[in-house]
Amino acid sequence: MNNQRRNVLKTGVGATVLGALTAAGLITPGMALADWNKAAFEAKSMADTLKALGAATPVDSKDVQVTGPDIAENGAVVPVGVTSSLAGTTMVAILIDKNPNALAASFTLPAGTEANVQTRVKMGQTSNVYALVKADGKFYMATKEIKVTLGGCGG
Amino acid sequence: MAAKPMKIRASVKDGVTEVKALISHEMETGQRKDANGAIIPAWFITELSAMHNGKVVLSGEFGTAVSKNPYLAFKFKGGAAGDKVTLTWKDNKGETRTDEAAIG
Repeated sequence: MNNQRRNVLKTGVGATVLGALTAAGLITPGMALADWNKAAFEAKSMADTLKALGAATPVDSKDVQVTGPDIAENGAVVPVGVTSSLAGTTMVAILIDKNPNALAASFTLPAGTEANVQTRVKMGQTSNVYALVKADGKFYMATKEIKVTLGGCGG
Repeated sequence: MAAKPMKIRASVKDGVTEVKALISHEMETGQRKDANGAIIPAWFITELSAMHNGKVVLSGEFGTAVSKNPYLAFKFKGGAAGDKVTLTWKDNKGETRTDEAAIG
């Protein structure tokens, strides 16, 4: 049972199932939310997610940082944060390349709020974690690989 | 199931307020199966916002990859001891909850 679940995650079928559920209307309540960026959160690949966020070609920047452990023992709870020292940072997002849906969370930062947000995310497997930052109308990105010793999408 | 209150801590130092929140929520991904092999429907927080003195200081959108009982920490300029910080979330079932804490 448990092995099967891992395989489902690896092959990405899990994401397809979620898509099918959505199509069948089983999880419609969430879709009624106007503000939630459905396209971005349901996009499966990094490229599609970036496109949905309107950030087709983010530039790698040293001023953006992904904070997190090098190795996460428990993929269900991985502390991850984004910091940016770019002036005028208005949006930060956390993306996990190998998760079924790449986008984990995005935050809009009004003036006066520091570009330093920490949260905890689930990771199915070892993956690159990306911090996407919008500053002064342009998109910047930073990457960090976090190794996961125990997958985090189940319980 | 009624949602449990959030735990919010806010403290101000050198004019910058740091807010740490622990939200009680299942954050079910919709990808797990129960013992019978049926998929457990997704149930997760989609939107979240933080207010201070009637001004939004952070708004966020979550996907299913955010951990169960989400933790969130952020900082904003301003705020004084005794001010209230209010957090509101809304999940994909339409449930919402608002809690507030005084800056200590």
